[in-house]
Amino acid sequence: MKTADATIEQQPPEPEEDIRPPVTQIGVIGWVRANLFNGWFNSVLTLVTLYGLGKIAPPFFRWAFIDSVWLTDGRACRAAAGACWSVVTSNFRFIIFGFYPYELHWRPLAAMLLLFALLFYSRDRKHWKKSLLYLWIGGLCIMGLLMRGGLLGLEPVESTRWGGLPLTLLLSVFGLTAAYPLGVLLALGRQSRLPGIRYLCIVYIEMIRGVPLISLLFMGSIIFPLFLPEGITINKILRAQVAIILFTAAYIAEVVRGGLQGMAKGQYEAAESMGLNYFLTMRLIILPQALKIIIPPTVSILISAFKDTSLVVIIALFDVLKTSQTVLSNPEWMGFSPEVYIFVAILYFLGCFSMSGYSRRLERELDTG
Amino acid sequence: MNEETKIQRPDEEVIIEIKGMHKWFGDFHVLRDIDLEVRKRERIVICGPSGSGKSTLIRCINRLEEHQRGDIIVDGIALTNNVKNIEKIRAEVGMVFQHFNLFPHLTIVENLALGPIWVRKIPKKEAEETAMYYLEKVQIAEQAQKYPGQLSGGQQQRVAIARSLCMAPKVMLFDEPTSALDPEMIKEVLDVMIELAQEGMTMIVVTHEMGFARSVAHRVMFMDFGKIVEENTPEAFFNNPQHERTKLFLSQILH
Ligand SMILES: Nc1ncnc2c1ncn2[C@@H]1O[C@H](COP(=O)(O)OP(=O)(O)OP(=O)(O)O)[C@@H](O)[C@H]1O
Ligand SMILES: [Mg+2]
Repeated sequence: MKTADATIEQQPPEPEEDIRPPVTQIGVIGWVRANLFNGWFNSVLTLVTLYGLGKIAPPFFRWAFIDSVWLTDGRACRAAAGACWSVVTSNFRFIIFGFYPYELHWRPLAAMLLLFALLFYSRDRKHWKKSLLYLWIGGLCIMGLLMRGGLLGLEPVESTRWGGLPLTLLLSVFGLTAAYPLGVLLALGRQSRLPGIRYLCIVYIEMIRGVPLISLLFMGSIIFPLFLPEGITINKILRAQVAIILFTAAYIAEVVRGGLQGMAKGQYEAAESMGLNYFLTMRLIILPQALKIIIPPTVSILISAFKDTSLVVIIALFDVLKTSQTVLSNPEWMGFSPEVYIFVAILYFLGCFSMSGYSRRLERELDTG
Repeated sequence: MNEETKIQRPDEEVIIEIKGMHKWFGDFHVLRDIDLEVRKRERIVICGPSGSGKSTLIRCINRLEEHQRGDIIVDGIALTNNVKNIEKIRAEVGMVFQHFNLFPHLTIVENLALGPIWVRKIPKKEAEETAMYYLEKVQIAEQAQKYPGQLSGGQQQRVAIARSLCMAPKVMLFDEPTSALDPEMIKEVLDVMIELAQEGMTMIVVTHEMGFARSVAHRVMFMDFGKIVEENTPEAFFNNPQHERTKLFLSQILH
């Protein structure tokens, strides 16, 4: 019996002429009408917004650009009517590098550039192979060497002198990359069939979520050392780093758990029914789908964790926010806080915005219809 | 189809043996005292009203559901809590689901090659060649690089069958493979299954497609309230049902 005929794909009939899809937006006016003035409510909102912008934007523009001074000393700044960006330009290297020895600033700079290069290279999913992992490990060693010194004729620099942007990046990049897998493991543990593992994960997650990050940082920096034997100290940055990782992981775990619960039962069954074991089922089938669904909430957590690294000021680490504040305590520059904080805000914004932009791109790329 | 092979059970060794098996969901007794022997190359169709436990029965065979009493022996291995044994059996028993359950994040060819690569440890290139062979077989090779979401229901179900076949299973279980499909797609899936039957695959099929049962099954079973109420050759089953429940069911399903 021949059974093939039914399954031959039918050819679509030849179209008689090419009909293009109807044009839905006609130029600028069409866009404005469709987006800003569709209905009376939106028209009123548009007008109110335009009025507000008209009131605020020109004076701000004037302050920030037309009347501003950029490369003067503090005294000239006080005479100027506009913004004093000189406070940023004159103290730029201190804001960025903190108390790292002045003549060695090229080292953290090189480390940061290397980090950016690695991040940039890792953006492309085509590069996500095992070799990328080795690349990162190699890169980390070089960055560590650049920051610490003490080898290859590089002058050693105590980690107590690290600060500014390199410190913020260090805390956030490693905080986030370590917290993510830990959070996934915690989420899997919370769903485990073994009660021991399950309760351990639940207790951990709920305890961490029950306290603010500040208290974890305090515990790490003040209480934890009390329990260490005399003479042993653990690097303060490392302790802050661990606190950030532990804290962020608990939040990621809950988001991942949500993603896991959203998976259809059929996916588990299909994977298991062909003999895949638990780990392969998770790794090949469930996690790739679950982690994709939860990209938006995960990125929210990562972004807020990035901003929360600024809390390390309370244990006297000089991250980029603290170095900026320090500048303001210099009598010459006192009172120029808007300029300094706007600058720091821009730095944070760039970090957060690139994360969310990248996550949107990833979502698009992973969309399989 | 060849008449004798259709009616005569193949004279081969037993590959699935279920003895005095019971299953409960909580207090609810879904499967009651099931006895079933399936020989190699044998094809069995199970039918019965909704909720009678058909899906649960075949899901017990690859331990997607756990039975609580009695024995299930598949390919010489008794199903217990031994995870390694369960995985071994699952690799030999293919399953096709009502809702296809393809992996939406993988392309069609990746869906097919996944099992061979990770369970059978076959090199990727070879696994993809096997995948393409089976895609040809279910007439869908040109879709290999697409994602499941881009295929019609009938195409997806054919891919799902091909995915199971890639594992070179000894037994195939089908749980209402056509009941989520639009009528015009049912035939393309049934044709693939008929071809499989002709090649001598051991099959247990839960379906209400009585035409299919008539033409390929060695035995048809009727389940109700968790019991196998009646079993017979298709001929006898359809022409001369013994139990009232079977008659009622057949009259409803055949109009
Ligand atoms: N996981 C479960 N927990 C509790 N009860 C269940 C579960 N799965 C199935 N049941 C119940 O067991 C009974 C048998 O279910 P099963 O899916 O085996 O029926 P079926 O014969 O396949 O029906 P259908 O033709 O609708 O698919 C039903 O009453 C169902 O409600
Ligand atoms: Mg069912």
